[in-house]
Amino acid sequence: MADGAPRKDLRDTALDSAELDRHLTSIWHTRGGLWAAVSTVDHKIIGRRYIITAFVFLFMGGVLSLLMRLQLSQPEARFIGPDRYNQIFTMHGTNMMFLFAVPVMEAMAVYLVPLMVGTRNIAFPRLNAFSYWMFLAGGILLWVAFAIDTGPDVGWFAYVPLAGPQYGTGKRADIWAQMITFTEISALCVAVELVVTIFKQRAPGMSLDRIPLFVWSMLVTSFLVILAMPAIMIASSSLILDRLVGTHFFNPAEGGDVLLWQHLFWFFGHPEVYIIFLPAVGMASTIVATFTGRPVFGYLAMVMALISTGVLAFGLWVHHMFVAGLPRLGESFFTASSMAIAVPAGLQIFCWLATLWMGRPVFKTPLLFVVGFIITFVVGGMTGVMVASVPFDTQVHDTYFVVAHFHYVLIGGAVFPLLGAIYYWFPKITGRMMSETLGRWVFALIFAGFHLTFFPMHILGLAGMPRRVYTYQPELPWSGLNMMVSLSALVLASGFLLFAIDIFRSARNGPAAGSNPWGAATLEWATASPPRCYNFRRMPVVYSGEPLWTEDELQVASGLRVDRRELLVTAVVAATPQARESSVPHSIWPLWAAVATSIVLIWSIFTPWAVVWGSIPVAVALTGWFWPKGAPEEES
Amino acid sequence: MRERVVLDLSDVTSHASGSASPTWWGTLAFMLIEGTGFALAIVIYLYLMSLAPKWPIATPVPSLTAGTLMTIVLVASLAPNMLVTGWAKKQDLPKVRFGLVVMSLLGIVPLIIRVFEFPAVHVSWDRNAYGSIVWLMLGLHTPHILTDLIETLVLTCLMFTRHADNARRYGDVADNAMYWNFVVATWLPIYACIYWVPRL
Amino acid sequence: MGLFAVCLSGCNGTQSALDVHGASAIHLKHLMLLVIWVCALVWLTVMVVLAYALLRKRRVAAEVNAGADNRATVIVSAAVGATALIIAGLTVASFYTTRLIDGDGDAAMTIAVKGEQWWWRVTYMRDGTPDFETANEIHIPVGRTVLLQLESADVVHSFWVPSLAGKQDLVPGRTNTLALRAETPGVYRGQCAEFCGIQHSHMAMSVIADDAVSFERWLADQSAESLKPAEPEATAGQAVFLGKPCAACHRVRGTPSAGTTGPDLTHVGSRDTIGAGLMERTRGSLAAWIADPQTIKPGNNMPMVPLTSDELRAVSAYMESLK
Repeated sequence: MADGAPRKDLRDTALDSAELDRHLTSIWHTRGGLWAAVSTVDHKIIGRRYIITAFVFLFMGGVLSLLMRLQLSQPEARFIGPDRYNQIFTMHGTNMMFLFAVPVMEAMAVYLVPLMVGTRNIAFPRLNAFSYWMFLAGGILLWVAFAIDTGPDVGWFAYVPLAGPQYGTGKRADIWAQMITFTEISALCVAVELVVTIFKQRAPGMSLDRIPLFVWSMLVTSFLVILAMPAIMIASSSLILDRLVGTHFFNPAEGGDVLLWQHLFWFFGHPEVYIIFLPAVGMASTIVATFTGRPVFGYLAMVMALISTGVLAFGLWVHHMFVAGLPRLGESFFTASSMAIAVPAGLQIFCWLATLWMGRPVFKTPLLFVVGFIITFVVGGMTGVMVASVPFDTQVHDTYFVVAHFHYVLIGGAVFPLLGAIYYWFPKITGRMMSETLGRWVFALIFAGFHLTFFPMHILGLAGMPRRVYTYQPELPWSGLNMMVSLSALVLASGFLLFAIDIFRSARNGPAAGSNPWGAATLEWATASPPRCYNFRRMPVVYSGEPLWTEDELQVASGLRVDRRELLVTAVVAATPQARESSVPHSIWPLWAAVATSIVLIWSIFTPWAVVWGSIPVAVALTGWFWPKGAPEEES
Repeated sequence: MRERVVLDLSDVTSHASGSASPTWWGTLAFMLIEGTGFALAIVIYLYLMSLAPKWPIATPVPSLTAGTLMTIVLVASLAPNMLVTGWAKKQDLPKVRFGLVVMSLLGIVPLIIRVFEFPAVHVSWDRNAYGSIVWLMLGLHTPHILTDLIETLVLTCLMFTRHADNARRYGDVADNAMYWNFVVATWLPIYACIYWVPRL
Repeated sequence: MGLFAVCLSGCNGTQSALDVHGASAIHLKHLMLLVIWVCALVWLTVMVVLAYALLRKRRVAAEVNAGADNRATVIVSAAVGATALIIAGLTVASFYTTRLIDGDGDAAMTIAVKGEQWWWRVTYMRDGTPDFETANEIHIPVGRTVLLQLESADVVHSFWVPSLAGKQDLVPGRTNTLALRAETPGVYRGQCAEFCGIQHSHMAMSVIADDAVSFERWLADQSAESLKPAEPEATAGQAVFLGKPCAACHRVRGTPSAGTTGPDLTHVGSRDTIGAGLMERTRGSLAAWIADPQTIKPGNNMPMVPLTSDELRAVSAYMESLK
């Protein structure tokens, strides 16, 4: 556009607040009705949907765990037979890891990151919609299979040869492997959106050293997703190929290797737990800052800790294979690296402690959960140091000790911060406060229930109880502890039930929240609660890492168009403005593409030709997706 | 919260290209994902090779003709590809149209050669683990050629419509050309692995 | 107190990593106790600091000044340094334990153990060649190192007798090894520790450490062919065994039977348990098992063979007689 040429578009510069709101609303909002709901590309609507769906899967997985505890409450109990039990524990792990833990963290980021960096929508909004449908489809595939007694029964890590063509009869393992493809596609898409949003769509002035720590944690997590998920995609595809068309990747009789599966799986599997943990770390940092009234101590150290954790995460995977018979020298390297990751983890804990020490803690529910997180996660970290040692691990690997360890780090390290984050951001997402009274009860029940349930498992493991058993002999001294664990699980479950009640009640008639009920520092709190469809009336400009604490007024930039969807692209390091980029409007094509892709993936469980014929509708859907439809956003 | 305007963005351009474009970064991210996948396939090949008493397993080494021809064609196609990129950056519509037609044809040739590569490895995917991994590597690369070809074809059609003369379209052409560079670049280590490593 | 007692009850027993009687397991327990104590102390320290940070009396506003931050930098850096030192120390302790275990002497004998769904095929070797085969029960001489050669017939299993040693997987396509040395005589229970399918929960074994004399006698008894049935009922039972499909999967040395799919039954009457540690071996449990293995251990690979009650009585008498 030549300078001085008359503009044919309408800018926000001369408009007052009411007019601005009117224009922006008319071009950004999602209408009511089913068609609008399934074609929206608003990250907040999709993010909310994602979060709710992930929590539904959490509760379904929780019911599975109660069934397991029922069966294990007594020796040689006959509540659930071995085949159903093996499906249940496989479903529990698979569901929690692939359908809850990773998606919920991605979902929180989908909702929050664009708001926290000061932009109007996530990058690649249609891809975002597509990724939700793929996630939902994968979850439906898995649970329908379970409902018709074809659920996977080979453990969430599906070791071969048990999951292979010879011993994994039927389609159970294929359904597991293909569900992985659904959820990995979904996670990879969100990871790409987040990287590009965080790199290119930040508010002017939000240089890399001013990004909120939660956004840093999502950036590192997204890179972990990008680099780790290909391993599980290749692994699960190779497994399907072995089962479907007779390849021999894992068949030692024809040059394949049983341990190849374990290497591929765990090369993904170890970073996977950090994909779950690092976002929680970001949430904890956010809550600690807000509820102590000061920024987290040691910003640079925290960022370095995040990055080094992410890098180290790729160098640990063999610690899942310490008893598989690998060479001693190699194993020792992985002891050293697995121990080493305790150092950046410790650094983060110390920085939070310093922040709490020097700040003024306000004991609202979010902070309670973060305190619970510190107490619990450090236990899990300690048992992590224990299992990092090869000799120690030879006694506790594949026992209830490990079950205790990973629940301590996953529930303590990820779910506690997540629950605190829900209490923290619920007012922003819904415009209403949750109940502080109920919140304290939820915390108390979940904290107490968790420790009563999982601490005894350390002892059970040391006392010789292996994992993944549907029952145990009465002459072994495990009955008392197992009964105690099963009863305690009910306490834990009641805490989650109360949480669900609080969510429903507060969403309907919790007290109104206002835009910044906690007096927090980051940009999402400068919007309405819930935010308007366009997020920010004018693009914010920041001069510090705590914009709402350092300035009384929100600094903003003007000059964006209000007659098409527009946001700002800025430079990677210093966030200087580079372009006014259009943001695509609603589209039904992501849904069609997801339907076509789902058909290919499910069909290919049964025949390899599905990939050939099924790719035609996928190509059609993708072409429809990209073909311009004449909207102003498509031309520049 | 009250607002104060401190910056005027009116004169900021409405679509930047190259590293100022989100789709450029998105393309880069997908290259990272797919590249990791290829790297893993090579690692699996080397791992299985290290376990085997004799490699290739019960099979002669792959014949060089088809694979080497593929390499030559792909590397040669980089030249017109770079030209197209340059024309797209200059937003030269006639040249871009011509270039895309050429690239569409150049995308079909490797697919034909690929058909001859599968028998050239002298083993089927279900014979043994060597056959499985070699077919997997060829099978991972082939869809990349195919999808880039389809994208090129779609873009070619698009550049003959009214949507063509537009900074975003030229950006799409440039990103597509960048992805073709990636398709060629990932072929080189796979070619080296399949055809030359067993000859060492 | 009740909780404490309940916890302690898990510490004793024949399948416990804390009730140790093997050379390896003893070294491991020392390491485990060291690491647990150090980690418990670290956790407690962090908790004390957390409590103080949360509850200490403080001045009105939050401290955000250079002095406080500088002090904090020093303390946090020191804490990180201490963490690194402790981690390094624990790593060294771990490596040292590995050295100790590996250096536990050369093996006096080799036993081949093959994991099957869902039992343990045990082959005693003599001069490098197989001598005799038994199942689920391994006798070893006290005080001498025995090398187990671990292989799998089907899926990944894991051999774990915690009172004696750490576990080692049985991986198809590989041979792994595990050295056992019991320091005191006794019966040590173990269980498969890698999920291997529907009856993974019921794949137990026992390692029985005998003194030298008893062990040699046991070895000689096991190596010999089966005892000829003395009673008429047992003789009738042998006829049932040979006539029905039993002999197609099971072998009793000294008879024409040659089946190798299932466990070798030559001296089944001398074993403490049957069904891979599932039931005590009595004539009654033998009969119950033979009558319907699928109800007792659903999904296992032994089919139900219909027998009349006379046949069942006879064949269980025969099995019981195979001492």
